[in-house]
Amino acid sequence: MSKGKYLIFLGCAIPYRVSAFEVSARKVLAKLGVELVEMPEFNCCGLPLDPVSHEAMLILAAKNLALAEQKGLDIITLCPGCAGTLKKVNRMLKEDDALRHKINQHLKEAGLEFKGIIEAKHLMQVLIEDIGLERVKDAVVKPLMTLSVAEHNGCHILRPKEFIGFDDPEDPKTLKTLIEATGARCLDYLEETECCGAPSVGINDKIALQLARNKLNHVKAVKAEAMITICPFCHIMYDTNELRIEKMFNETYGIPILHYPQLLGLAMGFQPEELGFSELRVDASKILDKTKGGK
Amino acid sequence: MTQTECKVIRASDINPRFKYEIKLHGAEKLMRCFQCGTCTSDCPIARYSESYRPRQIIRMAQLGLEDRILDSDTLWLCASCFTCTDRCPQGVEVASVIRVLRNLAAEKGHIPQVFKEQFSSILESGYAYKIPELRVKRRETLGLPPLPKGNPESIRKTLRGLKPEKLFEKSGGD
Ligand code: SF4
Ligand code: SF4
Repeated sequence: MSKGKYLIFLGCAIPYRVSAFEVSARKVLAKLGVELVEMPEFNCCGLPLDPVSHEAMLILAAKNLALAEQKGLDIITLCPGCAGTLKKVNRMLKEDDALRHKINQHLKEAGLEFKGIIEAKHLMQVLIEDIGLERVKDAVVKPLMTLSVAEHNGCHILRPKEFIGFDDPEDPKTLKTLIEATGARCLDYLEETECCGAPSVGINDKIALQLARNKLNHVKAVKAEAMITICPFCHIMYDTNELRIEKMFNETYGIPILHYPQLLGLAMGFQPEELGFSELRVDASKILDKTKGGK
Repeated sequence: MTQTECKVIRASDINPRFKYEIKLHGAEKLMRCFQCGTCTSDCPIARYSESYRPRQIIRMAQLGLEDRILDSDTLWLCASCFTCTDRCPQGVEVASVIRVLRNLAAEKGHIPQVFKEQFSSILESGYAYKIPELRVKRRETLGLPPLPKGNPESIRKTLRGLKPEKLFEKSGGD
């Protein structure tokens, strides 16, 4: 499949409340020469249905893959949950004839068929595998040399390894490498690969917030000036809840949470207004002042 | 009832066939578990929960304590982070076993409210959340292309005959 053109699968969380991720991702991808085509119609990737019905998840994911096949394009997603689901189901159906046949019986009802001829990838995988680190580095015109940040990969871009498999879940390198490509320093900290807690929101908020707090404490301990995420749910978990966690547990952080393409966008010379910085809840003006105009 | 509450296990509480039944749904490697505790010690939820212990869920499933597992709220605490799946030395795929158990609990009508809401939203709009009209309109101001429309009719068609639809009817009113 062509490496410069993708069908963009937004997922549910991003249009619901994480526009800055989409705005900044579209900006940097365009600058890197990637063409994005919109999905002809939208169905959730299926992941939220998995706990209730595994089969419904398989069908919804397959439906999206079949729609992309009709367009003859690989899928790019910004949400690791969608990426993981589409990748996993794509492989399951490609490898298991009986399962593919069963799911295709359902898709037939909507005039679709899963053939297994495309791939689904997350933004980060596209950046590192298809575009390549060198081209990303070449696009950096304003290296963010004075900035020290921490990364947060989140679970679904790493695990389960068997299905995601482009980075080491125990010692992930891709996001760090991509952060360093912007000129910023990426700091190591305790329990980097831990869950943000987002999946427990609505089931047990207290556990969710304790997990987020734990992470923010570790990030604060190494004096990171910002935390960089690549998942809309992780971003909501930290950015939306940081103030709440500060109040609830009597902590102070003041750590802005940026979407990776916002960081890359700054290094590419885009203005903060073009990258959705005004959408962030935690004030990022300190790091913006620092990166402004500077070489 | 919580999962860890002490309770005498009676032979009549046990469904001896449970371990075989759930195998068919994707929990094939359940019997490989040798109770080492790696899953529980690495589980982010177990760290902050008094009652959630994946190792214990696996043991209860092996034993066949069907009702106790399926009726328990703790089953829904798993964050599906897949740490246990990646680290289990026996390759049990713990997170998938928990998913199988949840699917069975859902068939019995036990579905937490959040999942019900997401499910009905997907059936209505294609999206798991009801996206506010304001957000949809604001896309233009932000320079974003229009949001792809959901196709609920085609979603319903492809999901027809599945257990969730029945489930949904069953649990819709409460
Ligand atoms: S890590 Fe695997 S073998 Fe060890 S207790 Fe958990 S499921 Fe059993
Ligand atoms: S997948 Fe669930 S049980 Fe396993 S470590 Fe994560 S939260 Fe714990």
